[in-house]
Amino acid sequence: MLTILFDGIAYGLLLFILAVGLSITLGLMNFINLAHGAFAMAGGYITVIMVHRFGISFFWSLPAAFIITAVLGAFLERTLYVHLYDKSHLDQVLFSLGLIFMSVAAVDYFMGANQQIVNLPPSLDGRLHFFGASIGYYRLFVIILCSLLTIGLQLVLTKTRFGSRLRASVDDQRVARGLGIDVSRIFALTFAMGSGLAGLGGALGAPFFNIDPTFPLKFMIYFLIVIAVGGTTTITGPFFSALLLGVADVAGKYYVPAIGGFIIYTIMVAVLIFRPQGLFGRVTGR
Amino acid sequence: MTSLAAGARVATADPGAHLVAKARWRWPEFLLWLFAIALIWLAPSRYLLFNEIAILALLALSIDLVLGFSGIVTLGQGAFYGLGAYTAGLMAKHGIGTFPWSDPLLGLLGAGLVAGFVGFLSSFLVLRGSDLTRLMVTLGVALIVQELGNKLDWITGGADGLQGVMPAPLLGLFDFDIFGRTAYLYSLSVLFVLFLLARALVNSPSGLSLRAIKGNVIRARAIGIPVERRLVVIYTIGAAYAGIAGALLAQTTQFVSLDVLSFEKSADALLIVVFGGVGTLYGALVGSIAFKAMYDVLASATPEYWSFWLGLALVLLVLFARGGIIGLLTALRDRLDRARSARA
Amino acid sequence: MLLRRQFLGVCAGVALSFGLSGLALAEDTVKIGLILPMTGPSASTGREIEAAIKLYMQQNGDKVAGKKIEVITRDDTGQADITKRLAQELVVNEKVAVIAGFGLTPLALAAGPIATQAKVPAVIMAAGTSMIVEQSPFFLRTSFTLPQNTTPMAEWAAKNGIKKVVTLVSDYGPGIDAEKAFKEKFTADGGQVLDSLRAPLRNPEFAPFLQKAKDLKPDALFLFVPSGQGASLMKQVAERQFKEAGIQVIGTGDVLDDEQLNAMGDVVLGMITSMDYSAAHDSPENKKYVAEFEKANPGMRPNFMSVGGYDGIALIYKALEKTGGDTTGTKLIEAMKGMAWTSPRGPISIDPDTRDIVQNVYIRKAEKVNGQIYNVEFATVPNVKDPLHGKK
Repeated sequence: MLTILFDGIAYGLLLFILAVGLSITLGLMNFINLAHGAFAMAGGYITVIMVHRFGISFFWSLPAAFIITAVLGAFLERTLYVHLYDKSHLDQVLFSLGLIFMSVAAVDYFMGANQQIVNLPPSLDGRLHFFGASIGYYRLFVIILCSLLTIGLQLVLTKTRFGSRLRASVDDQRVARGLGIDVSRIFALTFAMGSGLAGLGGALGAPFFNIDPTFPLKFMIYFLIVIAVGGTTTITGPFFSALLLGVADVAGKYYVPAIGGFIIYTIMVAVLIFRPQGLFGRVTGR
Repeated sequence: MTSLAAGARVATADPGAHLVAKARWRWPEFLLWLFAIALIWLAPSRYLLFNEIAILALLALSIDLVLGFSGIVTLGQGAFYGLGAYTAGLMAKHGIGTFPWSDPLLGLLGAGLVAGFVGFLSSFLVLRGSDLTRLMVTLGVALIVQELGNKLDWITGGADGLQGVMPAPLLGLFDFDIFGRTAYLYSLSVLFVLFLLARALVNSPSGLSLRAIKGNVIRARAIGIPVERRLVVIYTIGAAYAGIAGALLAQTTQFVSLDVLSFEKSADALLIVVFGGVGTLYGALVGSIAFKAMYDVLASATPEYWSFWLGLALVLLVLFARGGIIGLLTALRDRLDRARSARA
Repeated sequence: MLLRRQFLGVCAGVALSFGLSGLALAEDTVKIGLILPMTGPSASTGREIEAAIKLYMQQNGDKVAGKKIEVITRDDTGQADITKRLAQELVVNEKVAVIAGFGLTPLALAAGPIATQAKVPAVIMAAGTSMIVEQSPFFLRTSFTLPQNTTPMAEWAAKNGIKKVVTLVSDYGPGIDAEKAFKEKFTADGGQVLDSLRAPLRNPEFAPFLQKAKDLKPDALFLFVPSGQGASLMKQVAERQFKEAGIQVIGTGDVLDDEQLNAMGDVVLGMITSMDYSAAHDSPENKKYVAEFEKANPGMRPNFMSVGGYDGIALIYKALEKTGGDTTGTKLIEAMKGMAWTSPRGPISIDPDTRDIVQNVYIRKAEKVNGQIYNVEFATVPNVKDPLHGKK
């Protein structure tokens, strides 16, 4: 069913944009940042505020969500996260859990606990019909935008100097530093970019999922699945794993609804048993 | 300064004696257990709350065994807790009046065996991969078990919960009363016994080898410790403990709902261990008392925003007070010791 | 030595003061233990009920039959073991005469044994599974049951030209109950259920289920999800263009929760649902209720949960008046049985045989009224009893 395929691709790509920042952070800084979902939530709320309270067009809220969350991410990285790079993974998990709790409660306080509803911009409302299948305009928009972003990311990684420095730092931090690469600056920029992308993902997802304060906790599991399956050494890994999971989840629920809910968990556990570094990851020197 | 150096010299001189000394019972431990028993007379109207704390402490203890002594980061202990709860609940429900099925102690045994068995099977999953992998696998297994609990509602009662859980009177004598007295004494005794076992275990040679594994796996393997075997054993024991905690819950509240399988329960228990102090066993006990007390105070004031304070406490803990409550107390005692020996 | 004496003295003093205070208060105050989920996923239920009860006490004062009414509210965070403990503590320590609330079915079930053992009436103000009231002779309900609300929908659909339906519900107890209740009545009335789809409870993506439903080309799509998910479900329904394909969207009122209805936007317009309460119900009692509720709680519209609380406390007040202030559990139950009055939702009564609520169920359509979205009632099914009681 072509329609279901497109639905799955849109869902998968959205998951990818949401999770890619976490994947790079994890691969680069070896930091388990569970609070990544909070940045996505921030992006969603920024969209809500801009569209509902100020009446600004949805399209402007997308770059705004990206920029604001990127700045927020850079700020937090320099002030809080930098102290935790040397601590154990457990500490990082606990720290980021603490951050999630705080952000969830803070958002609940300021914005209320109800779901915030963002309606589709009228220009994207509607469906496109072709070859007996159909796809919503908004999903098509999501697919196009996310694909462009992915291509852009891949180009940055492979064709720019920043990208090669980033890849070097991911592979071996000490050697990269030895070559004169300013690893801390790369950390800060990458973290900011990753958070920005999460914010953008949150903004894009808002019309689908509706934003409420429990968003980071609800979606944390999905991001983590994408990364666990995709590995953290490339961005093509999470890209394909997000697509795989998006399509498998949607197709599973369509064709075998009785076990639909189990599918993504089972895939994840199976992959991790047989290939702990993810389907597409390389075993790095760590 | 001097006592620290002296302590270090003693340690290297005779590690055996040093470890034996560490394993001896100290007066604060006696005090804690006496206090727990004294609560029966001190605050008779709050048995149910104390029962909850005791059960939570046992769950936290199971996590400390796995995390604190072997370094396995797990978010999935709730699955074993839930399995134990449903096992004991089902045994009590379907064995009404027929000895031995509804006997509470046998229920504990059954729960421990079932949870331990599943723990054993899944222990092979946590042997491989990095910390993140293990986190994800334990979380994934827990989510699958939770979905199963929901789906198999003809066994578990589904979202409505398992009702009609009627455990037989404890030892044939003590009925589970509405005040919760039997419940508290029962849970406290079980906690005490299992605690003694855990304490003996971690101070035994195998238990000490776990600490070596936690410190550095490669080195531990190099000196001949069978790493995989030890990890499987401790993970299985941890799962059994969690299962028994779940069984206690089912028997003392006479009800089991799907919440017992939730990831939130595992996360709460993990936080308790961290707050109390990881790898100290007592951290689990002290942590659960502190956690429930904090909750009671903060939640009645601002119920919606209790998680904010929890998050803040967690962040501060990680940054400044990594050893938890026990860590702070130990640091305090060390400082007092130092002051005393400086004067001497 | 000295310390021990002082210590024992303190203990004795504390015990004595508890005892004395218990005695003193029992004469003049009637305590009601209200156990609600004030935090967690069902928090809006707790909020609405608490607000409604506060409103009732504000309107009717806090004295009945010469006794002062004191409501003690406790948050069970939606976890059944906590509900059970709170119920026990309220009964044993606070000596409440009535326990009430219970936001979800497992929470009510957990408190059942307490009510029975302590002989304390338990008023269910939210939970909607039929069998709850059968678990204890001390249970009464002022909310609704899912079959009670669903069966009229099936009946209406069968009578109004809808022959083929696909049902889509959330995969958990209440969802499956709704699916069964609808299927049973609809097929009994000559309709055909093409497929019964179940979406996992934890589910952000309804697309595959909706697409499957659409592909089966039914006359109508029957929906049930817990009220928190209504918004995203309706959005994805609109995205799939069911209206344009000529498929009527029907369901129970849980999907179009009054509290969120406005925010959900135009995507809900045209959906037909059945429920025991709509904020747009046209009666003088309701107009007063809605106006005063919105005044006391700015930005909050009363929903079906709130009337469960409002009528629950009304039931307790009326029963106390009837017993002349006597708080003996069995006497209160007898007084409550058969009680009938007009609630903001319409006429209601407590069935003396089942202790469950008997009420009108309304068929309504989501429409825009004065720029706001309401569930506008256009058909009434009077005095609906829960269809499952007595059947086994």
